[in-house]
Order: sequence, then C-alpha cells, then structure tokens
Amino acid sequence: MTDLLPLIVAKYNYWLYVILMMIGLYAMIAKNNLIKKLVGMNIFQTAIILFYVSIGYKRDATIPIIQNAHGGHDAHNAVIHAADYINPLPHVLMLTAIVVSVATFGVAMALAVRIYQRYQTLEEDELRMRLVDIGPEK
Amino acid sequence: MKFLGFIVVCLTGTLLLYGTGEFPDWGDPDSPASIHLSNYYIEKAVEETQVPNLVTAVLADYRGFDTMFETAVVFCAGLACFLLLRDFREKKERFYRHTPTRVILHVKDSKKVLKTGKEFEHMDKDWVPSDLIIRTVCRILIPFIQIYALYVVAHGDFSPGGGFQGGVIFGSSLILLAISYDLKTLVRRIKEKVLGIYAALGVLIYVGIGAICMAMGGNFLDYSKLVPIVPGDPHHIRALGMLGVEIGVGIAVTAAMVIIYINIVSEGKHDEGL
Repeated sequence: MTDLLPLIVAKYNYWLYVILMMIGLYAMIAKNNLIKKLVGMNIFQTAIILFYVSIGYKRDATIPIIQNAHGGHDAHNAVIHAADYINPLPHVLMLTAIVVSVATFGVAMALAVRIYQRYQTLEEDELRMRLVDIGPEK
Repeated sequence: MKFLGFIVVCLTGTLLLYGTGEFPDWGDPDSPASIHLSNYYIEKAVEETQVPNLVTAVLADYRGFDTMFETAVVFCAGLACFLLLRDFREKKERFYRHTPTRVILHVKDSKKVLKTGKEFEHMDKDWVPSDLIIRTVCRILIPFIQIYALYVVAHGDFSPGGGFQGGVIFGSSLILLAISYDLKTLVRRIKEKVLGIYAALGVLIYVGIGAICMAMGGNFLDYSKLVPIVPGDPHHIRALGMLGVEIGVGIAVTAAMVIIYINIVSEGKHDEGL
C-alpha cells in the first residue's frame, strides 16, 4: 500500500480517465434505454480524448503556437526548442476525433429516432418483445 | 445482467489501471509520444510551412490526406441523417393562425392548403408564445457569433482555431436561430438544397485544391505547386493553401451540423421542431 500511493500521485491523470471510461462502459452495457447508452458512449469517447490530450502535455511548456514566428525583435536567430512547446500531434488527432464523434452521435440519434418511429419505444427489453411480436419484417 | 456488467467493468478497469504502471508520468517531457515525430514538427514546421500554429500546420499540411477523409466522414454523417430520416410525405393535419384576429385553424384534410401570407401563417402543433427577451437577445447575438466563427476560420493559421472549430461555431449560430425563433425561420432562410450543396462544396474545395496541386505537377495537396496561380507572397504559399482547405472544411462542417440538427429535431419533416 505504501508504494501504491506515489504511483497514483504520479499518474493520477490515467486513473481519472480509466474511471471515466469505465463509467461510460458500464452505461453502454447495463443501461436499458438506448439514449442512455449513447450518453455512455459519449462519456467513453471523452475519456479517450482527455487521455490523448494528456499524453501531449509537457511540464513547463506552452501551447503549440510558435512565438514571434513572423517578425519580432529576435525572430530569425531564435532557435525553437521542442521542450518549450507541448506535443501538437495528439491535439490534431483529437480535434478531428471530436468533430467526428459529434457527427457519429448525430447518426446514432437519427437511428434512435427511426427506432422510436417504428416501435414507439427506446427501452431495450420492450424493443426485444416487440421484435418477437412483429417478426423480422412486417 | 447489471451485476454481470458491473463485474466486467470492474475487471476491465483493474486491468487498465494495472497497465498504467508502465505509462510515462504526467507531464514527462521524455515520454515516448514526445520524442519521435513531434519534435520534428515543432522545430521544422514554421521553417517549412510559415504557419506558427503547429496544430493547423500538422492538420492541414503534414496530415492533409487524413483531414480530407475526416471532412468526408462529417459529410457522410450529414448524408446518413438525411437518408435515414428525411420524410417527404405531406402532413395529415395542419395548423394556421389568422394573423389579424389570432384565431387558430386546425385543418384535418390534407388536400386543403390555405394560402399563407398576410392573412394566414403556418403554426407548429405544440406552439407556445416565444419569449421576447430570448428572441431579442438571440437576434443581437447571432451576427456576432457568425463574425467570430469567420474569425476563427481565417485566423486558424496564427491562433487557436481552424475549419472544424469555426464551422461548428457557425453551425451552432444557425441552430440558435432555429431554437430561439422556430425551425421554419431557419428553413426559410437556408433552403435544404443549399445546405446539401454547401456540404458537398466544402469537401469539393478540399479535394479540388489537392487535385489542382496534382495538375500543377506536384503531389496531391502539395501546396507549394500553387505558386503560379495564387497571387501574393510565394513564401507564404503553404499558409494560403491551408487557409483554402480550412475554408472548405468550415463550409462542410457548418452544413453537416445544420442538416443533422434539422433532420433530428423535426424527424425528417423539416416543418416543426424544438
């Protein structure tokens, strides 16, 4: 136990993301309502996005926008050190991931609307009952 | 089922937490993610592309091919929402309001269509009088939100921003119009066809810039080959190419967001919604 605590303190970000991700996974597995499952999926995606952004972080570094790139008093003889700027690559990947997650969430909502139009419910157990009643195709 | 799910989640969580022991510490500058490719990006991107915002430089230049397909994914999401939900059937019953007397007419015969104009106007089924304060505040705010969205797109090379962010802000300003007034106001201002054309146009701008680069003798999306046809400083040609691509992304994202919103809230009818 004594050597577990420093481990948690040094890597507390991962612990938070794992907990967040498991909340989303539990909602996707155990919740009965389809919309609640979608919310769980969104929480899961958010945990992954936060995880990626946190890998890009460096201590004592600033955002990945080069200062004095055009002009400034000592622009041309200034050397850019990689340690001064945080890693831009996870930001790029997550920027597109956020927009794509919104788009896929939209498609999922559209599917949920269609399911509701046809079966008048979004509860999974009721859906299963109605699928048995109606059959594969009416 | 719930108990079984809880057990599975606990097991997965424990396994993942066990794995974090091997991960680099929080904020470690020598973590594996930060010592290979990203150092090259940070040190060389300004020299090679003249774009100080490294996220934009990597997004639109080094990984331009990837971003093109991300834009295509957003376009496909809008298309999927349209195909799943759009319903062109006429509504069975309509509601009209007689403007001078404020009397509400409920027309049950779908063939009877009243001429809307000065005397009658369409009305939503569950219409509530909209709040004057909300309407006024939104009417004042929307133009500023849109200007800010254009700023975010145009300054994506120099400050946090870019096509995806600006497109989402612009799309949300249009959605705000639909929420504060009603869906008909939005659909009247921006026709469905126009939205579809914009969504496709955004992707076409992106792919077109890439194809022009190829036609000029370079690789796909190699902006440096655009020098003969783009006026301005040839030194900044990559920044200009990225700006063009970002504008395409912004248009596509805006249109896709609005298409998704309209189709979901009105269940494909495009007449009444939130």
